[in-house]
Amino acid sequence: MILAGGQSVIPALNMRLNEPAVLVDINKVPGLGVIEEKGGVLRIGALCRHEQVRKSVDVSAHAPLLTKALAHVAHPAIRNRGTFGGSLCNADAAAELPACVLALGATLNVESAEGSRAIAAEDFFFGFFETALEEGEVLASIDLPVLGATGRHFFDEAARRRGDYALAGLAAAARVEGGRMIAPRFAFISCGDRPLLAGALGELVATRYPDAPAEDEIAEALARDLEPPEDAVTSSAARMRIATVLAARAIREFQQNGGRA
Amino acid sequence: MSRRAITLRVNGEEVTALVEPRLNLADFLRQEAELTGTHVGCEHGVCGACTVKVDGRAVRGCLMLAVQCEGAEIETVEGLAASAQGSELCEAFVEQNALQCGFCTPGMLITAAELLDDNPAPTREEVRDHLSGNYCRCTGYQAIVDAVMDVAAKREMS
Ligand SMILES: Cc1cc2nc3c(=O)[nH]c(=O)nc-3n(C[C@H](O)[C@H](O)[C@H](O)COP(=O)(O)OP(=O)(O)OC[C@H]3O[C@@H](n4cnc5c(N)ncnc54)[C@H](O)[C@@H]3O)c2cc1C
Ligand code: FES
Ligand code: FES
Repeated sequence: MILAGGQSVIPALNMRLNEPAVLVDINKVPGLGVIEEKGGVLRIGALCRHEQVRKSVDVSAHAPLLTKALAHVAHPAIRNRGTFGGSLCNADAAAELPACVLALGATLNVESAEGSRAIAAEDFFFGFFETALEEGEVLASIDLPVLGATGRHFFDEAARRRGDYALAGLAAAARVEGGRMIAPRFAFISCGDRPLLAGALGELVATRYPDAPAEDEIAEALARDLEPPEDAVTSSAARMRIATVLAARAIREFQQNGGRA
Repeated sequence: MSRRAITLRVNGEEVTALVEPRLNLADFLRQEAELTGTHVGCEHGVCGACTVKVDGRAVRGCLMLAVQCEGAEIETVEGLAASAQGSELCEAFVEQNALQCGFCTPGMLITAAELLDDNPAPTREEVRDHLSGNYCRCTGYQAIVDAVMDVAAKREMS
C-alpha cells in the first residue's frame, strides 16, 4: 500500500482497520510536489501538500475553487501533511477535493511499471472509497483547465464544526460566453457513495440562463441526480435540502458575475 | 519487522535510534527520546494533543512514522518552552488561565506558535480557526484564544 501524507492511512493503521503487509512511502520521490501553469493547463503534483496548494498564487489565480475548498479540509496541522493526490486516491465521498476535480473536469495522470495513462475525473471515482486505479498504479499529477476570463467557480459546504467533513457541499464551475452559460458542472459532496456530478441540474441551469430556475425546480433536478446517505445524525432529506440551498447560491453567483463580465 | 537506524534532530540536539518502522513519531518522542511533553490522546489525528513541528511545520505526531523523520528537525513543546517566543506564550497561558489539566496544552502551544510565525497579528476568528483541530475538554477555549491574542498584541507593541 502507498503511503503519501498518511493522514488517512495512518489513522486506519492506528485503529487496526487496515493491516497492509507492505507500506511504500512515496514522500521522497522527486518531482511529485510541483505546481505549474503551462499553456492553459494547471498541473498539480500528487504529493503537493494541502497547505502548499491552498497558499499557491498559481492556484488562487487559475483554480480559485481549490483555494476556497482547501480552507474546509481538516485543520492546519493535517493540511501540512495531507496530499492532493492522497485525498483523490482515498476517494472519500465526504471529501472536498474529489468533488473539486470533478467540477473542474480534471485529468488524472497515472504511472505504473507498464507506462502511463490519463484518466478523466468522471471515470476515476467508482464508489465507496473506490477508484479506477489498478494494482501497481500511482497517481503522479492532476491537470486542470485554468479559469480564464469567462470562467466561474463556486465552493461552499455546511459542516457542524470548522474542519469537519461536510454534511453536504458543492463544488461548481462554468463558463459564461456570449450571453450563454457553457458546460456548468455541479459536483456534490456527501450526497452519494462518491462525489456526484449533477447532470440534470447542469442541463436545467444551462437551458434557463440568463434566468435562474426556481428552488423547487432545482430540488426536482437534484432528486434525479443525487442519493444522499443517511446516518444517525443527518437524514437524507436534510442533506438534500442543504444541496438545494447551495445550488441556488451557486447559480445566483454565476449570474451576478456573468452579468458583470 | 527489523529495526531501522534513524538520525534526526530534536530541539536542536542530534538523536540516533534503532526503531521499528511502525513506531509513530509521538511514541518515539515519549518512549525513545523521553520527552513526555508531547501527549497522545486519540491516535487518529482528531484531538491535536500530539502536535509537534517537523521542519518548521506543525504536524500530528501520531500520524507520522518515526522512520519518516530521518534527517528532520523536530521541535516539541520542551524546545518551544525553552525559546523566547515559546516562553512568552507559556506565560500568557498561565496568566489567562488557559490550561486546567494541561493535557491539550503542548499541542495548543505548538499550533499557536505556528500561527503567530505565519500571521503575527491574527484576528480572534483566525486564532479560533487555526486552533480548531485542537480539543480542550477543560477550559472552554475562550481563555486559550485570549492568551494567543495577548501575545500577538504584546509583540505588536514591542
Ligand atoms: C482529523 C482529520 C480530519 C480530516 N478532515 C478532512 C476533511 O474535512 N476533508 C477532507 O477532504 N479530508 C479530511 N481529512 C483527510 C485528509 O485530507 C487526508 O490528507 C487525505 O484524505 C489523504 O491524503 P494523504 O496524502 O494523507 O494520503 P494517505 O493517507 O497517505 O493515503 C490515502 C490513500 O490513497 C492512496 N494513495 C495516496 N497517494 C497515492 C498516489 N499518489 N497514488 C496512488 N495511491 C495513493 C494510499 O495508498 C491510501 O489508500 C482529515 C484527516 C484527519 C486525520
Ligand atoms: S493523539 Fe494525535 S491527534 Fe490525537
Ligand atoms: S486544559 Fe484540560 S484538556 Fe485543555
